[in-house]
Amino acid sequence: MRLGSTLIVALRALRRNKLRSMLTALGIIIGVGAVIAMVSIGNGAKAQVEAQVAGLGQNVISVFSGSSMGGGMRGGWGSAPTLTLEDATAISREIAGVAGVSPEVRDRNQILANGLNWNTQVNGEGPDYPAIRSWPLTSGAMFTEQDVRSVAKVAVIGQTVVDQLFPGQDPIGQTLRIRNIPFKVVGVLASKGFNLFGQDQDDTVLVPYTSHMKRLSRRTALNSILVQAVSADAIDRVQQDITDVLTQRRKGKEPDFTVRNQVELAQAATATSRTLTLLLAAIAGVSLIVGGIGIMNIMLVSVTERTREIGIRLAVGAHGRDVLLQFLIESVVLSSLGGVLGILLGIGASQLVSVVNGWPVLVSTSAVVVAFCFSAAVGMFFGFYPARKAARLDPIDALRYE
Amino acid sequence: MAPVITLHDIHRVYDSGEVQVHAVRGVSLELQRGDFLALMGASGSGKSTLMNTLGCLDRPTRGEYRLDGIAVAQLDRNQLADLRNEKLGFVFQGFNLLARTTALENVELPMLYGRHRGSRAAMRERARHCLAIVGLAERADHFPSQLSGGQQQRVAIARALVNAPQVLLADEPTGNLDSRTSAEVMGVFQQLNDEGITIVLVTHELDIARYCKRSLIMRDGRVVSDQPVQPRSHAAVELQKLKDAETAAQLHPSA
Repeated sequence: MRLGSTLIVALRALRRNKLRSMLTALGIIIGVGAVIAMVSIGNGAKAQVEAQVAGLGQNVISVFSGSSMGGGMRGGWGSAPTLTLEDATAISREIAGVAGVSPEVRDRNQILANGLNWNTQVNGEGPDYPAIRSWPLTSGAMFTEQDVRSVAKVAVIGQTVVDQLFPGQDPIGQTLRIRNIPFKVVGVLASKGFNLFGQDQDDTVLVPYTSHMKRLSRRTALNSILVQAVSADAIDRVQQDITDVLTQRRKGKEPDFTVRNQVELAQAATATSRTLTLLLAAIAGVSLIVGGIGIMNIMLVSVTERTREIGIRLAVGAHGRDVLLQFLIESVVLSSLGGVLGILLGIGASQLVSVVNGWPVLVSTSAVVVAFCFSAAVGMFFGFYPARKAARLDPIDALRYE
Repeated sequence: MAPVITLHDIHRVYDSGEVQVHAVRGVSLELQRGDFLALMGASGSGKSTLMNTLGCLDRPTRGEYRLDGIAVAQLDRNQLADLRNEKLGFVFQGFNLLARTTALENVELPMLYGRHRGSRAAMRERARHCLAIVGLAERADHFPSQLSGGQQQRVAIARALVNAPQVLLADEPTGNLDSRTSAEVMGVFQQLNDEGITIVLVTHELDIARYCKRSLIMRDGRVVSDQPVQPRSHAAVELQKLKDAETAAQLHPSA
């Protein structure tokens, strides 16, 4: 095998034409660079969405009540008063693998404190809520089961509410008024930022769900129930069990609730960005093909231009296979060199996008490996025809070629 | 001793559509080791075709060709390539060096395609040695564009020598050179021949043929004359004559 010397020959030939080699590789450089940048940006967006979904809590299952119907208007999930506290109790009592349950009642209210007022989301929750949503408190403590039982007038508030009603003060132990009922602030939630849908998650006040139902909203039904499964593996089974238990409790009536888990939410949220990434990567892939055609073009020119050189090589004893291999190696070296530079360009471009636009980017190893292999394959595919043309030249004709 | 080249009734017919061109019509020839043959003839006489046959670049339509005891007619394309690589050295009229490639790398070229390659260092050493034989040891790292015509042709001769061939085939090696440089290049060939290398040289110039030992003239695909060269030119003498003539013409004030 004379692969070693053929490699030397091919590298020497490329070195003789540095500028042309670079320009030829440019098509591949741009193609690969575009693929890497697109996939990195797409992956970054996906990772961000996934992080936000993870911010909803670990292994969380949401049970929403059914849709209300009034005068022909359907209110959407959570609007009908069909989920009860008994449902929540049944879930925590009858289903194995449940780590926590929090009945939820939601409302918007104007709240007052310190001579300031603010309109915010006031939610009735259970004491498990911070654990379910992986949402720690920065100061104070969550209200307890005791507070729930005693319908206590206590509240845990988000950072935005602290900033609006207690600027520059420690809110713990202070009083805020909701519907003119005084609640004592016992805890402050850590700042969590915006959620998937652009809502400020810190703009919230949590009170015991009993206090919400009896003192504020005077409702008897829940909007939803948050359930946490003990592990990711248990999610599907727990979700099924919840459906079964609630269906059973409704004694054969149409199910008036819906059960969703976090994975489904994540899938819905990433579907768009995945489609977009695929589309952009496909466009970038087309530019790789165009780069490959550029390589084929230059290799054909190169074979014609170097006919005499090929003649000399054949005359001094090169086999057709040696010449084929030489030109094939030249085109593969060109395209994979373009691949490497393209990968660097793509990483650089995505970092630049990340710095300038503040978008999250994530360069994936698999994308880099695939892009490199694909660029080498492009060189192989588009280099083959010119190389075969060179290998089939007749030495006498080639030597006489002007 | 067995002849290094034996041609027996060689015919070569080119079949270009309906017209058949009979380029070589029955040439028989024996070449002993150490021979120095000038192959002469007008264009169209068949000397290039015969040369291509001798060089194993082309196969005869009919007849038998033995190179160093090997019957060439039955070999395939790759076997012919190996034969060219191991047994023949080529020197062309247009030098045919690879551009933008150093003299040393040009000389290494045939070794890269050899079946029995040595190490990189051994190849480099062998190439340097061959450049030294043609007197260009100190130009090893020059590109062809930095060398004169005569120097380029000497690099080509070094390349032809590098695999220690049985026969050196030179196709009008002085065709692109002036008379003085021609004499220098022929001096290199004479020196190599004195060391025992068999040489076949195609030329149409009589005074170049006079440097050889034997002169063969072709016409219409046949050999019309094959005789020893008498008297023979010697490169050193001819160079001195040229120098004297230049001095006489006052090209150089003092020689």
